[in-house]
Amino acid sequence: MERTAGRLGTTAVDGVPAGRVERPTSTTEVSALLRETAAAKETLVPCGARTKLTWGLPPDSADVLLDLSALRGVVEHQAGDLIVTARAGTPLREVQECVAATGQRLLVDETLPGATVGGTLATHASGPHRLVGGTMRDLLIGVTLVRADGVVAKAGGKVVKNVAGYDVGKLLVGSYGTLAVVTECTFRLHPVPAARRWLTARVGSAEEAQELTRAVVHAQVVPAAVEIALDPAGDGALSVLLEGRPDGVAGRAGVVRELWGGPAESGDAPEGWGAYPWDPSVTGEDRAVALKLAFRLSGLRDVLTEARGLRIRGSAGAGVLYAALGVEAGRGSHEEVAATVERLRGVCAHHHGSLVVLDAPGSLKPALDMWGPVPALGLMQRVKDEFDPDHRLSPGRFVGGI
Amino acid sequence: MIPVEPREAAIGRLTARARELLRPEGVITDRARLRTYECDGLAHYRVTPALVVIPDDATQLAQIVRACAELGVPYVARGSGTGLSGGALPHADGVLIVTSRLRAIKEVRVEDQRAVVEPGVVNLDVTRAATPYGYYYAPDPSSQQVCSIGGNVAENSGGAHCLKYGFTTHHVTGVEMVTPDGEVVRLGGDAPDTPGYDLLGAVVGSEGTLGVVTEVTLRLTRLPEKVVTVLAGFHSTDHAGAAVSAIIAAGVVPAAIEMMDALSIEAAEAAVQCHYPVGAGAVLVVELDGPSSDVDAEYADITRLCEENGAFEVRTATDAVERALIWKGRKSAFAAVGRISPDYIVQDGVIPRTALPEVLRRIAALAESSGESGVRVANVFHAGDGNLHPLVLFDDAVAGAGEAAEAVSRAILDLCIEHGGSITGEHGVGHDKAPSMARMFGEDDLDTMQLVRCAFDPDRISNPGKVFPTPRLCGERPGRRQGVHPLQEAGLAEVF
Repeated sequence: MERTAGRLGTTAVDGVPAGRVERPTSTTEVSALLRETAAAKETLVPCGARTKLTWGLPPDSADVLLDLSALRGVVEHQAGDLIVTARAGTPLREVQECVAATGQRLLVDETLPGATVGGTLATHASGPHRLVGGTMRDLLIGVTLVRADGVVAKAGGKVVKNVAGYDVGKLLVGSYGTLAVVTECTFRLHPVPAARRWLTARVGSAEEAQELTRAVVHAQVVPAAVEIALDPAGDGALSVLLEGRPDGVAGRAGVVRELWGGPAESGDAPEGWGAYPWDPSVTGEDRAVALKLAFRLSGLRDVLTEARGLRIRGSAGAGVLYAALGVEAGRGSHEEVAATVERLRGVCAHHHGSLVVLDAPGSLKPALDMWGPVPALGLMQRVKDEFDPDHRLSPGRFVGGI
Repeated sequence: MIPVEPREAAIGRLTARARELLRPEGVITDRARLRTYECDGLAHYRVTPALVVIPDDATQLAQIVRACAELGVPYVARGSGTGLSGGALPHADGVLIVTSRLRAIKEVRVEDQRAVVEPGVVNLDVTRAATPYGYYYAPDPSSQQVCSIGGNVAENSGGAHCLKYGFTTHHVTGVEMVTPDGEVVRLGGDAPDTPGYDLLGAVVGSEGTLGVVTEVTLRLTRLPEKVVTVLAGFHSTDHAGAAVSAIIAAGVVPAAIEMMDALSIEAAEAAVQCHYPVGAGAVLVVELDGPSSDVDAEYADITRLCEENGAFEVRTATDAVERALIWKGRKSAFAAVGRISPDYIVQDGVIPRTALPEVLRRIAALAESSGESGVRVANVFHAGDGNLHPLVLFDDAVAGAGEAAEAVSRAILDLCIEHGGSITGEHGVGHDKAPSMARMFGEDDLDTMQLVRCAFDPDRISNPGKVFPTPRLCGERPGRRQGVHPLQEAGLAEVF
């Protein structure tokens, strides 16, 4: 295991300096580390490629930055069974390259370049393919985890169909490293389709976006993704991805053109496909306020109307959008940003959804309600207390101070 | 904490409370009537509950659970009672909460692709309500004409079409539930990705051990443009298995791939005269659905792949009547074995699909080695995802046959575990397979799962005795110091 003493300021989690960095190379080493650090009640923040390490709230403390990037590589790929097992620190891209050799893919999008299996799991990041493939929660079939007390446990298994015991894997997806340290994951794979085709229509209003989305979502063309990209003025494009057999895709492209009643560009992926509406290379105080909005499908128009003035991208067909409030837009005072967030949260809530501030400049975070209202928070706190009674794992990053 | 009180006294107080809360017909105490609830679909386990309650609505249900929590009385929730693992087996000192009157389909909102239903709603009724709008509810367990959505949520039910569409957990977006301390909470909702832990993901498939759902929000799926069902006859299960592998390798994901072997075909013919290909050692039922031209292309592929792998007859059904004819044999298989065997055990296990030929050979060898007892195994399974449903046939009148059949059934599960599979693909662990959990999972794995149980139900009153072979004492921390509390040691506090 590599061990690096943290120097103040050089290794930090969202502005919180890490005492030291530990870089274990196996599940056994992770377990040993968690046992060793238990006595002194040291806090640990697990990370992978650090592409989303500033997401959520800053941790209360980070005695150890638990760098899992050395737990890397595909452990097993059974093409005939359509499953793959990878270590948590494996970049998603590496998993895709491995399984692509047999014409397969993991239906999890790489939303940030270099993102790992574990980091994507911890933040529940998802992209365009969520419409049909679901998200990591739907594709994860087995998991190896190390508990705060160092106990190594498995849940699920290597077969897709399995109802033996609790689905602990789903609890870990989106838990921001607060419950346990995931070291290995097994996923269900899908075949790479023979043909793919994108159709893109310009949209100039929220009404139009809603109409075009509705037309394609309720048709029988089985879109693999329905994505929207709008600039702050509300202009942009709606794109549909069709996947399947060459004849089938060609036929369905014709149906979509007819439904949309006008010309639609067709061809390769539109620019920025699956990317967030903010520039991930901008860090520190200049970074955008990054929002995730979820709502009932029928709420799309209202949400888009309310979000005018922000850059928007996301899965219009699934009821999940991302919005960026950048410095260039002159986002105003902390109070004004907080007011914008609450106004958007209001419209999401009206359509039975939620708004989460994924990331924001450090100076802004204290002014924002990052997670918003969380139902069943008491139960969540009890789950946290059972898994990590001393609150050593990523303390304070998650909902309700967890 | 559970009050220390004799069980009988607690039940007496609960009964009195139930009579205040429910209609008189909703409280059953008569011994003879209680006995009609003594088992679920796995009828050889029977326990008469101390009390049966049938609430009219979610409020009453929550009040009953709260009363159970206050009095420390264990409860078991039951939907239609079709489960095959004894998951709804009553507790002798507890109350059975029957959800059959919570049967309202509250909303069907196709604009949002959602339906909101009460837990007693029958699975197929959701599809019936959505079909006029061009939608349906995808999970389709074989018992879908009678089984309840609440039971489906508890068991994370599958069905023939989950190969392509996934299980209940992929189609439930939210629940309202009563936790074991009587609190009503909402998990998930209409919209995706509710902030916080995915407690919904843990609750679906927890077999009623984390609480009772009182309302379920379901995802509705657009009806496919075209559905084609193919029946292919093969000389052996090896040939049929090779065809399945070829279909998967070709990148086709059919809605369903089902296989039956010679013995199960014989049973189905005897029961429903399904007229499957004469002389078949195995049949495959392959269903394709989706946009027309994609289905046509996939159909061409799978018929070719079946023929290349030895199919001697391939039939195609394109309308509902023809499809029903093909499915009739497959769907009747479990009940049909009653025609060829006086007694049988339905097993449910999963193997990696690629292990299919070897596992089938070893199952055949197991039956042969059971010797004089006359045990036979008929194989029916969801071949696409390796979910086996071996039917172990025996005659209880033959001395030792029952024991031999149980031994074969257990050995089949061992084969599943040995090949890296699962002890249950869709029937659940329940009462039946709780002891087998320790064969599939290590102590630490089970301990970790039970941390979730401790968070929801520290007093273990919600469907106790199911899923886990041994309960975890909540608050107990294995490997931790169990000594005197530091504050007490320092004289700063006393323990009373």
